Amino acid sequence: MSLSNLIQNWNSFRTRRPYEGQYDDAPYKWAMVIDLDACIGCNACTVACYAENNLPVVGKERFGKGQAMHWIRIERYWGEGDAMTSEFPDHGAQYLPMLCQQCEAAPCEPVCPVGATHHSPDGLNTQVYNRCVGSRYCSANCPYKVRYFNWWNYPDRAWPNPLELQLNPDVTVRSKGVMEKCTFCMQRLRAGMDKAKTEGRILADGEVLTACAQACPTSAITFGNLADKKSKVARMWKNQQVDLAKDSQEKSEEGIRGYRILEELNTYPSIVYLERVRNLEA
Amino acid sequence: MSHSVHSHPQLDVQVERKFIPKQKDLGADVTWAKINKDVLRSLEKPRPVFWVIFFSALALFSFGVYCEVYQYQNGMGVADLNNPQVWGLYIATFIFWIGMGHSGTLLSALLHIIHADWRKPIYRYSEAMTTFTLLTAALFVLVHMGRLWQFYYVVAYPNERWTWPNFTSPLVWDATAIGTYLTSSLLFLYMGMIPDLAICRDNARGARRALYRFLSMGWQGTDRQWANFKVAYMTMACFLMPLAVSVHSIVSTDFAVSQNPGWHVTSFPPYFVLGALYSGCSGIITLFIVLRYVFRFEAYMTQPILNKLIKMTFAIAMVWTYLDLIEYATTWYGSDEVAKADLIYRATGDYALQFWGMIFCAMVMPFTLLIRFVRHNYVVLLIISLILNVGMWLERFQIITPTFAKSHYPWTWTAGWWPSWVQWGIVAGSFGWFTMLFMLYCKIFPSVSMYEVKEMVHEQNMEEKALAAQTDVHEAGLVPEMKGGQA
Repeated sequence: MSLSNLIQNWNSFRTRRPYEGQYDDAPYKWAMVIDLDACIGCNACTVACYAENNLPVVGKERFGKGQAMHWIRIERYWGEGDAMTSEFPDHGAQYLPMLCQQCEAAPCEPVCPVGATHHSPDGLNTQVYNRCVGSRYCSANCPYKVRYFNWWNYPDRAWPNPLELQLNPDVTVRSKGVMEKCTFCMQRLRAGMDKAKTEGRILADGEVLTACAQACPTSAITFGNLADKKSKVARMWKNQQVDLAKDSQEKSEEGIRGYRILEELNTYPSIVYLERVRNLEA
Repeated sequence: MSHSVHSHPQLDVQVERKFIPKQKDLGADVTWAKINKDVLRSLEKPRPVFWVIFFSALALFSFGVYCEVYQYQNGMGVADLNNPQVWGLYIATFIFWIGMGHSGTLLSALLHIIHADWRKPIYRYSEAMTTFTLLTAALFVLVHMGRLWQFYYVVAYPNERWTWPNFTSPLVWDATAIGTYLTSSLLFLYMGMIPDLAICRDNARGARRALYRFLSMGWQGTDRQWANFKVAYMTMACFLMPLAVSVHSIVSTDFAVSQNPGWHVTSFPPYFVLGALYSGCSGIITLFIVLRYVFRFEAYMTQPILNKLIKMTFAIAMVWTYLDLIEYATTWYGSDEVAKADLIYRATGDYALQFWGMIFCAMVMPFTLLIRFVRHNYVVLLIISLILNVGMWLERFQIITPTFAKSHYPWTWTAGWWPSWVQWGIVAGSFGWFTMLFMLYCKIFPSVSMYEVKEMVHEQNMEEKALAAQTDVHEAGLVPEMKGGQA
């Protein structure tokens, strides 16, 4: 019976992740860098994500109720609390694209009662729709609140005929009652990795991009393989002195902009944000 | 009375005489035959108000079923849950119901182990309350699931899918703990009923007789049966008490294991267990008054027993208050700024009314139990016991909702979230479901333990005889009259 699975997997459950050198021998570890200085808040990434991942458009009313399904969302901030010193247009909004941080120690994973969300060997926080029972504990425990629940049965109404013809055939259309979230365009990654494996090689840098990274007009989103030391994303992580396995990053000098969001919660996210540089005196 | 000691130096070890004799739990007119008659009558002819309660409960339950069917067909969206507010009233009411169950076990198991005999007339319905509240709580686990048709994924059993649930998840612990607790308290309830079911069997006719005959499993009341019964019952009691403590501790880990501000608290397990006992005790007081009236149990549910129950409730309420206050204190003096901000938000933000309502209903109201008038006026006491439980429900509400409204990530802060009518309907339906089941139970099964009340009567008589024997040695007039029923 599957009791043997349980015993075999027990130790892997108990392993503390991440640890130093975890991906040294692994072919892939998907990661991202988002440059907030380059982000202009145009929402192209969101649109691309809707198109690529069959996200339902929920409508104004349900959006207002907080039932939106945007795997990547552009958050708009107008200043740091009350410390806003000037008004628009002197002081514009700050944008922050927020998507699943693919945490290495994801708070959503240990709490799922059925193991519907778990970690893949290439460092992705995956969601198995067929396994999900909809307890929403993962969302309750996600500090970034980037998990989206199918409150309604969207296949019924989100794509009236003939709109269902534009659905991406590589991506499941989710039914009511399951949790979903950003997959780092898992379908593209899998197709690319399978192709590369057939050809006996490793995916080259930039060969596969997520829809958001591909659509970004200012190249604010850099996506790549962190396990490949020569990839652009790995070099950026190194230059920004962000270590995947550390929960606080020590910078050697001022002006290094890379940080990870809510790092103090020990989630070890796979996305590094580059702080926005702004001259407030000007 | 010192002169009596001087006048009888050979009898100077008379401790009892120095005290005012305590009121007996049961009146002197309670005989074995009367017990049988009264309890069996409760199965036949309750007061008409029974049917009023039963059918109101049925109506509420039907509305709850309607809401659930509506939600099942349309999706969880009809509950107006949203991205930060993923749980809403369902989980709050789930904790409420599962908490209600704990006091039944306290009365039936713990007080049995420590031989607190006053529990005997009231433990049976408390244990039934435990069973039915657990059933109601289990209902909420299902109601809140997005795909409730696949609930069996959460249950740990070797299956054809070759997969196990995730044993690191508190929800799996929950499912396991509730399943174990429900099974054991059902067994415990049933086992304790067997001698009484035999009495029912001997007095019933027709279909009821067949039912009781089947359920009493050939109980004859032989010495051997009694000996086995006592051992088995005590074993179950010893098993059940730690189990009850573990169940609500596990429910608290649903929150304590999470990182959310206001939940990540080490003192949650004892806090939850005490809160459970608290709301359960006030639930028992409510049902005490209701059953006493509806089934005419005045001779068994007496004021001395109620006083003891109230004392216990008050003590538990104070411990719970203490644990609640130290939870706030540790957050206040702790280093977690987000948790502290969350605490301030609870007390001053959108849900301040619920927070202060909880403080008033659950922390201030128990002090009214110190007033003699409240303890003796059953209408007032009924209302107070309901208020205590409203306070405990609000406590569960304000654990869940404000934390979601203002957690770590500022962009998700939402103000003024409020559940939809579907959620309220299902919550109301759960009260209907519980009341309906409980009332049906009391109509079909003996809700006062006949054999244990008989034990009580027997012990009281023995005590009286012993006292009377002592009294004979004294001169008449120096020793107060100790016959039962004098108070």
